[in-house]
Amino acid sequence: MVRFLVKRLLSAALTLFAVSVFSFLMFFALPRDPVTGMCPKNCNPERLERVRQELGLRDPLITQYAGYMKGIVTGRDLGSAQGGRCDAPCLGWSYVTNEAVSDTIARVLPVTLSIVIPAAILWLLLGVGLGMVSALRRGTWLDRLAIGFSLTGASLQLYFVGAVLLLVFVYNLRLLPVPSYTSLFDNPVKWASGLVLAWVALAFLYSAIYARLSRAQMLETLSEDFVRTARAKGLTKPKVYGRHALRAAITPVVTIAGLDVGGALGGTVITETTFGIQGLGRTAVDAVRAGDLPTIMATVLIAAVFVVLANVLVDLLYAAIDPRVRLR
Amino acid sequence: MDKPASAPSGQPGDRPGVPEQRGDGPYLRVSDLRVRFATEDGTVRAVDGVSFAVERGRTLGIVGESGSGKSVTSLAVLGLHDPKRATITGGISVGGRQLVGLPEEEIRRLRGRDMAMIFQDPLSALHPYYTVGRQIAEAYRVHHPRAGRREARRRAVDMLGRVGIPQPAKRYDQYPHEFSGGMRQRAMIAMALVNDPDLLIADEPTTALDVTVQAQILDLLADLQAEFHSAIILITHDLGVVGQVADEVLVMYGGRAVEQGSVEQVLRRPQHPYTWGLLSSVPALHGDADADLVPIAGNPPSLINLPAGCAFHPRCRYADRTGGRSRAEVPPLGPAGEAGQLVACHLTARERTLLYREDVAHVGVAR
Repeated sequence: MVRFLVKRLLSAALTLFAVSVFSFLMFFALPRDPVTGMCPKNCNPERLERVRQELGLRDPLITQYAGYMKGIVTGRDLGSAQGGRCDAPCLGWSYVTNEAVSDTIARVLPVTLSIVIPAAILWLLLGVGLGMVSALRRGTWLDRLAIGFSLTGASLQLYFVGAVLLLVFVYNLRLLPVPSYTSLFDNPVKWASGLVLAWVALAFLYSAIYARLSRAQMLETLSEDFVRTARAKGLTKPKVYGRHALRAAITPVVTIAGLDVGGALGGTVITETTFGIQGLGRTAVDAVRAGDLPTIMATVLIAAVFVVLANVLVDLLYAAIDPRVRLR
Repeated sequence: MDKPASAPSGQPGDRPGVPEQRGDGPYLRVSDLRVRFATEDGTVRAVDGVSFAVERGRTLGIVGESGSGKSVTSLAVLGLHDPKRATITGGISVGGRQLVGLPEEEIRRLRGRDMAMIFQDPLSALHPYYTVGRQIAEAYRVHHPRAGRREARRRAVDMLGRVGIPQPAKRYDQYPHEFSGGMRQRAMIAMALVNDPDLLIADEPTTALDVTVQAQILDLLADLQAEFHSAIILITHDLGVVGQVADEVLVMYGGRAVEQGSVEQVLRRPQHPYTWGLLSSVPALHGDADADLVPIAGNPPSLINLPAGCAFHPRCRYADRTGGRSRAEVPPLGPAGEAGQLVACHLTARERTLLYREDVAHVGVAR
């Protein structure tokens, strides 16, 4: 088990290294000069050259990459034009927003976490619950209702669902305030009431997929021999379904959930835009629009970190669920 | 109404509320059992009027090709069919209690305690995510709710030892994939016997195993039967296995019984052309190694659309001798001449004796 863990963490570190190299190279592979995006319009050549110097663009690539990495790990000095000393994890300086990229991230990352984590809990409970119920009640009206629900969820778009939710709950019924972000630690009630519509919209769309997936998995598992064995032992239905069938049916759901949550943590652009909340996703899109390369790189790197972490977590969960995995 | 762990099984009256069996009547009595499944393509008559009985300490072998209804019969006895899909009529009496029509919860209390089952492929029949010991202990605890974790563990380790698994206390904590095929089947048997069931149904218990291990498992079953004095149903397509352990034999074809009798009668003096076919297709160990086997021509029939008349007639070499009756009438299961032997065939007893001697007696294992 320890060896398994070490192996997984090593390969995760390797993946992250590769992503950091690629996102760094992207900086240079882009067709336009990185510097033009970083200074306001009508930059004179002297100013451009100064920015180049400040960014270290005259240095060899390796040196630049080493500097960037050093900044992330120990922090570094960016020079007076870029805010001076930049503490770890230093992700560079943005000329567009005129602040350290790490400050921007520190502001928007909690927003995305606050949107995605509660939504993920909600969609997993709802999706797997619905899938279970409809598998066990196959062919009944309950099953058809659940299938209808998931078909609706799968075919709708988030901006539509979000707009309808906003219209009904905020503008017509006036039950909820206009969505906004408040820190959970400042005011939990405001935090929840400002984000609940985003959670519901995300959960509705995502749970649709999970309901279908877990229904199919559950139906497949119910026809397994070991479920029949469990019944032949005289186990009660809750034990047969809950302990024997669900545990086997849940494994593929865990995989998909890891990918989805990891991906969503990298930014939920449409959700953030629909509800007018500035999270990681919108920040990334804004950065792309403005050609704000240090911010783009940071968002790419963070999204990659989440995906890789989610995958490590999935592997650990897998090993916890299925003893055969631990052998590999 | 939980059975005390230490009570000797099989004593009439040790279970309040269950009518006492009279004398040594059969522990399991199945009468005119019919199992039907409604499907989109029509009704599947998986079992169509089968009757048999098994006494304690005796073994009934049910023989037939896949799709003959043998597994469906055993699942019906355990009440494992989905009541929404399967219609079951007839009688299933276990220890004097009528199971057909009993609420699911009451059958559940009997399952695993009074009647238990061993499945064909122990790798897929054991849950891959739980330790072998835990699965056995779980089977014990569900019928002994007052038994603690430790007691269930002790009992499971004890059972693992009794089915011949070395180092049972260590093996308790291992997963099915860490067991060999034969050991897995032993564990499966330990799980089935953990509550001292009076009826044990073994559905092809040796099919997935090496031939050398097969014999060990069959010996183990016989030893345990002598010890527990349980009634056993052994489902198989392997006549060699039947000859080794069964006392009585039931041959099924297309959901019906085509021949029934003692193992001596059915294997030595078989009466039905289908049984002849089964015997002719098993190689003999002695004599000419090049002698041809005679397989049964054709395929097992579809249970949705059974051939009219005798279901076996399209594959029967002697169907023409009955003057069209084999196509028109279902032959009733009736006395075959010898006491206790039953056969469902339109041929006369004389014809059968003659044909067997001429065509069958010198082929394959029948010799």
